[in-house]
Amino acid sequence: MTAGPSNATVDEGYNFAFLDEQTKRMLRRAILKAVAIPGHQIPFGSREMPLSYGWGTGGIQITAAVIGPADTLKVIDQGADDTTNAVSIRSFFRRMTGVATTERTPDATIVQTRHRIPETKLVEGQILVYQVPIPEPLRWLEPRESETRKMHALAEYGAMHVKLFEDIVRFGRIETAYDYPVMVNGRYLMRPSPIPKFDNPKMDQMPALQLFGAGREKRIYAVPPYTAVKSLDFEDYPFQIEKWDQPCALCGADDTFLDEIITDDKGGRMFVCSDTDHCEQRRAAGHRGTGAPQSYVAAVEGGE
Amino acid sequence: MSETPILEVRGLTKRFGARAAVRDVSLELWPGEVLGIVGESGSGKTTLLNCLGGRMPADAGEVLYHTGDGREVDMLALSEADRRRLLRTEWGFVHQNPRDGLRPDVSAGGNVGERLMALGQRHYGNLRDTALDWLKQVEIDADRVDDKPRAFSGGMQQRLQIARNLVTHPRVVLMDEPTGGLDVSVQARLLDLLRRLVRDVGVSVIIVTHDLGVARLLADRLIVMREGGLVESGLTDRLLDDPREPYTQLLVSSVLTV
Amino acid sequence: MYVAVKGGERAIANAHAWLAESRRGDPAIPELSVAQIREQQKLAVDRVMTEGSLYDPDLAALALKQACGDQVEAIFLLRAYRTTLPRFGATLPIDTSAMTVRRRVSAVFKDIPGGQILGSTFDYTHRLLDFALMAEGEPAPAPVAAPAEEARVPGVIDVLNRENIIEVERPASGDPAPPDLTREPLRFPAPRAMRLQNLARGDEGFVLAMGYATQRGYGRTHPFAGEIRHGTVAVEMVPPELGFAVDIGDIELTECQMVNQFAGSKSEPPQFTRGYGVSFGHGERKAMGMALVDRALRAEELGEATDAPPNDIEFVLYHSDNVEAQGFVQHLKLPHYVDFQSELNVVRAMRRDAEAARQAALKEAAE
Repeated sequence: MTAGPSNATVDEGYNFAFLDEQTKRMLRRAILKAVAIPGHQIPFGSREMPLSYGWGTGGIQITAAVIGPADTLKVIDQGADDTTNAVSIRSFFRRMTGVATTERTPDATIVQTRHRIPETKLVEGQILVYQVPIPEPLRWLEPRESETRKMHALAEYGAMHVKLFEDIVRFGRIETAYDYPVMVNGRYLMRPSPIPKFDNPKMDQMPALQLFGAGREKRIYAVPPYTAVKSLDFEDYPFQIEKWDQPCALCGADDTFLDEIITDDKGGRMFVCSDTDHCEQRRAAGHRGTGAPQSYVAAVEGGE
Repeated sequence: MSETPILEVRGLTKRFGARAAVRDVSLELWPGEVLGIVGESGSGKTTLLNCLGGRMPADAGEVLYHTGDGREVDMLALSEADRRRLLRTEWGFVHQNPRDGLRPDVSAGGNVGERLMALGQRHYGNLRDTALDWLKQVEIDADRVDDKPRAFSGGMQQRLQIARNLVTHPRVVLMDEPTGGLDVSVQARLLDLLRRLVRDVGVSVIIVTHDLGVARLLADRLIVMREGGLVESGLTDRLLDDPREPYTQLLVSSVLTV
Repeated sequence: MYVAVKGGERAIANAHAWLAESRRGDPAIPELSVAQIREQQKLAVDRVMTEGSLYDPDLAALALKQACGDQVEAIFLLRAYRTTLPRFGATLPIDTSAMTVRRRVSAVFKDIPGGQILGSTFDYTHRLLDFALMAEGEPAPAPVAAPAEEARVPGVIDVLNRENIIEVERPASGDPAPPDLTREPLRFPAPRAMRLQNLARGDEGFVLAMGYATQRGYGRTHPFAGEIRHGTVAVEMVPPELGFAVDIGDIELTECQMVNQFAGSKSEPPQFTRGYGVSFGHGERKAMGMALVDRALRAEELGEATDAPPNDIEFVLYHSDNVEAQGFVQHLKLPHYVDFQSELNVVRAMRRDAEAARQAALKEAAE
């Protein structure tokens, strides 16, 4: 699945990875600072990128700052390599760097992601780059940046628990399902970006470096390898991840985040791994689920 | 009363442009005492309170506070971090308008529990029990615990604000016209409640009011302010029944004629 | 693979091809040239340059052509191009009192040194569709103006401000270099230089609406149009190897000085204050809106009430940029399957709990 370096398609009119070297240095300084203070948001001079704000410009700038010719890049959106925005970002970097790209998580040195952490465990030496829409976890209760920065500086985080408290008051459980707030290294409150809370435990003590980029909001933050990341909760309402009643219909996995696929207009549906690469690897290794309904297989294959 | 005051204010001055809103004010607050600050509107009493509570920077003076762990700190010279930490643990502030001191879209229980959560309490059941206990103490029905204060009456909001402040057993509470804007009958109930709570919790209070009736009911000692400066101070009954300064005499007589 | 939406590079490539086709429109109609846009859609070009923060009429016209006339998209294109440009240095501050004016009006003083110059304006046109333009005839030539005077035309306010009754603009203490918002993030408290830069790049519609709100009572500033001028100014730069200023060209600008009533504070006597607006090319609406908002954002500094949205510095500065805004609003088109699935799980679980509670209550009632 790994595509080799394809220099023929590289756009010679631009610097390697689009950004000029001064800008990359600025970004690397911000990244180093972020790594040094895990979970702390570092303001940076976000550039206007040729992709829209809100569509991954923060992640793209980080990837552009850390990528080198020897890297292998994987880009996912919603866990899948072939969603339109992932395709668009991957082709942007192919055009601007000529580096190898891959869909296989173990083969990637850099994984840029929107909304998921791969199911395959990341290892030392890999970098996971998150696209972040709103970096500030305290924003829901305090719209003012000047005040939230103070609250971080003084670790005044009581109000964040008030939000979870209110969830239990209203719903009898903590209702926050994604972008679930975490404490990093016991000090900074952090938004993990809109990943499902299912992915939160993967952040804790991860051997890979995790970098977070918010382009529109002009913030970079990081979780260095092997850092404690704890999801907020109450002693009597401990943090829990979602579970499904059934395994993946394609690969039979019962420990992955599942997407719900509507298979017909009569209420038929199936659940499959949101991480398409992980699902494919499992099937290649011989794992099988119950399979998709025949009517759906026929419709999809007929349509292609 | 113990030997040392919990709070000593020395030479506090606050200017707005050329005008001194608070002029060289010194006072002491003793443990367990309720100190009333009275004066006409514009006399500088709310500005004084705001400077004491670190809500407004002062231009000169000291606010020496004896902390729970036996240190003496100048609230005006503390770093913002230390000041904010003290303010949310050992101090409380009751605003005239309860909306300023409550989160209107957070349940009553969440409002009472916030300071506890800030101090690290992480047990929902216990937090809720504590909130219920405090609602009872401030005479709010237990079945309102999950309701948002936005829907409460003014008097209930004010009582909730008081509970939210007292839940961590602060050592000093500043109150700015806590009964202002309330109906007379609601005021009376709130005053009774405040009197009882202050006695039960053993907190030291500075209360700013323009209402001498409120001052007489709540305060052990009074300070009279005029044009930013102190005019007279003394035990409440002595000062109201036998004012020495002509200005205090005027103040007291005008309230009597109302 | 049974993923419902397989984006695929092919789909994207096809979409791009379709876009190119719709951009061209009916091939029987002659294609528009970039030069035609630059010359005949000049005000659109001016807006793209202003909000794109790049003075280049040809590239702005190209961006408009590529964006099918969509202004915000064209601004985005110009900004993304601007990112890649190297920085050679900074020019000297432009001197608008040395402007070669084409238009200059003041609403506060009738007789002004240098005179009022109406110039080219829509102001007194009757907004009646001119069907003659459909016939594509040449307009009658405008009367030839008197030869432009070389004399400086200083700002009305500076000339007539003998009593210092209008505040005098002074550099911030220490005269710091202005921040560059394209190189560093917004920070608060934001100095006025940063606010002005943000407003100059800000969306015309947003800035106009905020300025309008101040007139309707949300952050009232009692404005008077002190002077609006439009014309060309020289841009000068000191190349390090020369050590003296050289003229590197002219740019066209519109500038607005708004004069606002100010009641005075405890420390300041009553006087008039100012709001400032500027735009590339001819953009009076933008410059005036900007001047109103600039003044409204000074409310805190001047000790005025700050409770209306146009007084709220963070609110205004964070939401003025249309490139940021369009991106974040439109990112809702991106898939959110995972977030939605998570919410779906929660809502289903809560509905199950609620149903169980209802059944239990029914059972209890029956017993």
